[in-house]
Amino acid sequence: MSERVKFFPGREVSAEAFQSGSVLLTEYSTDLKYSWASGVAIGKFLNELKNGKIVGRKCNRCDRILVPPRMFCEECFRLTDSWIYTKDTGTVNTYSIAYVGTDASRLKEPLYIAVINIDGASPGMGFLHLLNEIKSEKEIKVGMKVRAVWKEQSERTGSILDIKYFKPL
Amino acid sequence: MPRKVCVIGAGMTLFRRRMLETPKELAFEATRMALESAGIERKEVDTVVAGSAPDAFDGVHMKGEYLLDGSGGYARPYSRVFVGGATGVYTPIAAWWHVASGLSDVCLAVAEEKMSPLQPHPQYAFWSIFDHTIERPLGVTLLWIFALEMRRYMHAYNIKEEEIALVSVKNKANAIDHPCAQLGAKITVEDVMKSEKMVWPVKRLDVSPTSDGAAAVVLASEEIAKRLTKDPVYVAGCGWNIDSTYWTNRDLSYPQYLENAARMAYKQAGIKNPRKEIDFAEVYDPFDYKELHHMEGLQFAKKGEAPKMTASGMTQRNGEFPINPSGGLLGVGNPIAAAGMMKVCEVYFQLTNQAGKRQVKKEVHTGLAQAWGDLMQYSSVLILRRN
Repeated sequence: MSERVKFFPGREVSAEAFQSGSVLLTEYSTDLKYSWASGVAIGKFLNELKNGKIVGRKCNRCDRILVPPRMFCEECFRLTDSWIYTKDTGTVNTYSIAYVGTDASRLKEPLYIAVINIDGASPGMGFLHLLNEIKSEKEIKVGMKVRAVWKEQSERTGSILDIKYFKPL
Repeated sequence: MPRKVCVIGAGMTLFRRRMLETPKELAFEATRMALESAGIERKEVDTVVAGSAPDAFDGVHMKGEYLLDGSGGYARPYSRVFVGGATGVYTPIAAWWHVASGLSDVCLAVAEEKMSPLQPHPQYAFWSIFDHTIERPLGVTLLWIFALEMRRYMHAYNIKEEEIALVSVKNKANAIDHPCAQLGAKITVEDVMKSEKMVWPVKRLDVSPTSDGAAAVVLASEEIAKRLTKDPVYVAGCGWNIDSTYWTNRDLSYPQYLENAARMAYKQAGIKNPRKEIDFAEVYDPFDYKELHHMEGLQFAKKGEAPKMTASGMTQRNGEFPINPSGGLLGVGNPIAAAGMMKVCEVYFQLTNQAGKRQVKKEVHTGLAQAWGDLMQYSSVLILRRN
């Protein structure tokens, strides 16, 4: 506090007041539904996941193989040139262990999550996915080699979940 | 050449988990306090910039329009800016160019966030910032991305969780002296280590809270500032920069976009050696590791060396190079856009010797505020200086 700063405004609502309803609240919930186009690049990516393959996109100017694929190179700002199939193996770039779900509720079983750099793409190119078939948490390491575990072909729908998870190689 | 621009006043509300005021009312309280602190009235304000983060927290679409009258923007050239978590420092940057360009003489910058309306937890709104096709189906939550970045940072420079926890200990202790603070506390590294695992390596005490609050500053041309004070605080430099949308393709161990933003601001401010020429800084600390990450991006420490600087005590409020003397987001609270603006307010309060118990011991002339946001890829940097 000082000569000019004497008072900070604002009135707190305590957790008790909120929970007991002694403060007036208006409740509302919304249920908006969306149908998102997968897009040109990700549409092809999903179709290839259905076939059990991972596909990237190559830019001939910077020579990068981009995963996830995109129709334009953000670096060179031009259209990318060709589809390149990568391997379904990769390296754990980073990982963590999630104990909370999307709405911050606590999960019964923790999830192992990782950014996986995909073999056959340019260095540092990868995507987010789950890890499983892990014997102990200590087994997971940055730099660990992993392989995609696919759903049965009949169960694949053209979704990122067509890969069930990645497991240690 | 841009005109010289000064900060002439600052105001903020309490930061709390739940506030009784509506977002408009919070914005009004912070704005009124900023105007009173500047010693001017709304009729003397030419333009207004408001900043607020995702609309989904309030469940009010077009929050800029909603906040209009509380921000003093009615019947003025008024706009809302939005760059996620970096909004709080970007808002006064936008106000700066209103004045620097000569477009207006006095511009208000107001930031507000009310996270508490969303049930059961504001965390849920963040789900929709991820890619709808290849990320949301995995059950992603915002904490994942921070935990993954923290882990990569730890791996790249062999940093231990205990070294990171020191930041939380420091900032929560600093916040005890902030009258607006939500989570000022004396805690230990052990408390952080033992706190609930959220998304390992992120534990409960590594994270800032969700909060309600508002903060505002008034910017004016040098000519007007000199009429109001003998010792004006100048905007010495500002910068902003953003990394790729493809976060899984980035180098998560180092915020290059922040280095770019910082270099833009340093160039404008004529700063060659930021560690020597800046006296203290309010860097964005929604998580404890982010303070370290940001100190490196800002060139205060070499890559991987911010933990050593922290352990040495140098970044304590009374240390050689105070970082987050306010108590930061970890201690004061994190009403997103308002939290970044709180940092700008703190730099102003420190430079004008109005920080009360938080006033850093050494004499200060140059302070920096920084915020970080969008999908962990945006940084905004503002440097204030008094002669």
